Amino acid sequence: MAGAFGRRDVLRLAPAAFALLALATPVSQAANDFIILQSTTSTQNSGLFEHILPLFTKKTGIEVRVVAVGTGQALKNAEKGDGDVVLVHSEPDEEKFVADGWGVKRYPVMYNDFIIVGPAADPAKIAGIKQAPEALKKIAEAQAPFASRADDSGTHKAELELWQQAAVNPKASSGSWYLETGSGMGATLNTAAGKQAYALTDRGTWLAFANKDDFKVLVEGDAKLFNQYGVILVNPAKHPNVKAKEGQAFIDWLTGPEGQAAIASYKIDGQQLFFPNARPQS
Amino acid sequence: MLDLAEAFRAALRQIAILDPQLIEIIALSLRVTLTAVAIATVIGFAVGGILAVYRFPGRGALAATLSALMGLPPVVAGLFIYLLLSNAGPLGVLQLLYTPQAMIIVQVILVIPIVAALTRQTCADLLEEYREQLHSLGASSAQIVTTLLWDGRYRLITAVLAGFGRAIAEVGAVMIVGGNIDHVTRTMTTAIALETSKGNIALALALGMILLAIALAINMALMGITRLASHFAYA
Amino acid sequence: MLDHPRSLAEARPLSSGTLLPVELHGLSLEAGGRRLIDGVDLAVEDPGISVIMGPNGAGKSLLLRLMHGLIAPTEGTILWAGTPMNGQIRRRQAMVFQKPVLLRRTAVANIAYALGLRGVARSERGSRAFQALELAGLERHACTPARILSGGEQQRLCLARALSLDPEVLFLDEPTASLDPASSLAIERLLVNAKHRGIKVIVVTHDVGQARRLAQDVIFLHHGRLIEHQPAPRFFEQPESDAACAFMAGGLVL
Repeated sequence: MAGAFGRRDVLRLAPAAFALLALATPVSQAANDFIILQSTTSTQNSGLFEHILPLFTKKTGIEVRVVAVGTGQALKNAEKGDGDVVLVHSEPDEEKFVADGWGVKRYPVMYNDFIIVGPAADPAKIAGIKQAPEALKKIAEAQAPFASRADDSGTHKAELELWQQAAVNPKASSGSWYLETGSGMGATLNTAAGKQAYALTDRGTWLAFANKDDFKVLVEGDAKLFNQYGVILVNPAKHPNVKAKEGQAFIDWLTGPEGQAAIASYKIDGQQLFFPNARPQS
Repeated sequence: MLDLAEAFRAALRQIAILDPQLIEIIALSLRVTLTAVAIATVIGFAVGGILAVYRFPGRGALAATLSALMGLPPVVAGLFIYLLLSNAGPLGVLQLLYTPQAMIIVQVILVIPIVAALTRQTCADLLEEYREQLHSLGASSAQIVTTLLWDGRYRLITAVLAGFGRAIAEVGAVMIVGGNIDHVTRTMTTAIALETSKGNIALALALGMILLAIALAINMALMGITRLASHFAYA
Repeated sequence: MLDHPRSLAEARPLSSGTLLPVELHGLSLEAGGRRLIDGVDLAVEDPGISVIMGPNGAGKSLLLRLMHGLIAPTEGTILWAGTPMNGQIRRRQAMVFQKPVLLRRTAVANIAYALGLRGVARSERGSRAFQALELAGLERHACTPARILSGGEQQRLCLARALSLDPEVLFLDEPTASLDPASSLAIERLLVNAKHRGIKVIVVTHDVGQARRLAQDVIFLHHGRLIEHQPAPRFFEQPESDAACAFMAGGLVL
């Protein structure tokens, strides 16, 4: 039975081959300087980070690793010290974050706006209404389906604020026409599209979203739909592992002329998504 | 409207142009899962073999727990490891959060119960046939474990494949401990989740098809080896 | 087309049988409320082939396993040359079961495995295993996966494996029960060869012809009790008990 390489030899070699395959898969390592940015899914889904972060890395050599979760989760993660910088859009929560000592200082960075989108059929007839709370009231009265993020995010908190101004408690109808998805913006929009439901979304995510179905922007322009973003350095006094120097470098760049210009230059289909509004540094 | 054909075409396009981002994501998925499966296999074989052969108090409870852990939701495992590795947690000093290493750790936890439970079953079945003879030949319990593991080697391939399937397909655990960071911890499954949330359904499906194809290839290769083995009555 | 085992002269010399006599005192085995072995008092002193016979369910296989230390008795003792049964004594014995039990490896690897368990040096295992195969006429199949071999070849392999361990006592539980006549003959020849080499052989069989061919003495069991223990010529000529008479006459013994 000597000589030829037979089937039995394949059996003997197989485990070794498999082990080699496991070890040989290419290893991508970015062992250089990096910071962890806790931010929101809406910002990520808009594509903004892919546009501006490489510019920062090119200038400073510092890589920015983005963990994209809801605003609430981003702030909680930062409280645990699992991030160096947070970039979210819920001013009261951001102020509390700093007041509680978890963050050093809050800097305004940019703003965009929320819009209410819905199916072309528009069962609640809200197209063109100027006041957002009024539109929500009509949706509630018509009991038209509405998809909410319901995930403690900046968008969600803004949405709840608008319901309050409309004097409607949608949670009472949770599960019937008010759909609490508990998910990020994109997942919620997918649900809205699937259920032909209205949704409140930030314009950035909407413009970048690829599953719009026949949906249209129905309500926009209300001052109450203004959405401000803030950036905060996680407090190194509370968590010594925070990379304060690099984190502050990022904040300085983001709120400085180069970062602000980068934000302004990000467009989809010719439309600008975010509007820089950082206060000039003294 | 969803178009499966378009998704399929998108998949082929991605593969054809050998998109470097795609290669990077595939490489990371394989690296994380294959490493995790390798580690979990060593541990799982040992645990399963010992459970099948040794008698000790609490053995039944341990076997039942292992079986139950097969159904451990990946997202729960992810949360658990996240709390351990978080900077506010006991192992924060290791700075492993949001790294591929953390993803490997959590997948090891998910795979061990499967490999161990299936190993235990295989060894128990083999033991029924071999117990008396091995006892007669004078094998110690430890020797019986190694003998059964080697003897059942082709059946155990199935156990390893089951573990591999669980690991390559899961998204919840690696999302939480890895953070789905571009170029660092983005795997096929987290990329699919991301593209889905961006509404890029076709691309998400395409990635899914590629993932399935890879898993299929690995499965077929190993099943082929097992079939070969049965020709020699080794399986 | 029968492979003849090698002659006596080329077989390995054995240590003297210091395990005999084996004495069973009041041996009993109880399980599920039933007495499967009931107060057996037995002494086997002489070398050669002892055959255990009896109707189905008499407890023959159980007795074998008790003597080999695979099961512990509920009552009574087993003494090998005055020493109670223990692991060390078991390592000087070997057993072949009714159905061949072989690992998923080649024939020679199966024997080498057993030698390894006995602490034989790795460098020696191959040659000793091959010698054992030659003794059983299986050297052609050395590199064949053991479980592909025919039933008769597998059982010869199991016997070869047992013999390779240089046992002082060899137990066999109905070794040829499912084998063709040619294979049975090969097995019997190996047992006779073993006897000549000084190995004490204790074999359970329900094949009266086989018993006649092999037995030096006959141990007859019924309902877990020892009914008779006689030298073979006397037993086959005229059994003392009714049960044995009925059994030898071919009737069903209740």
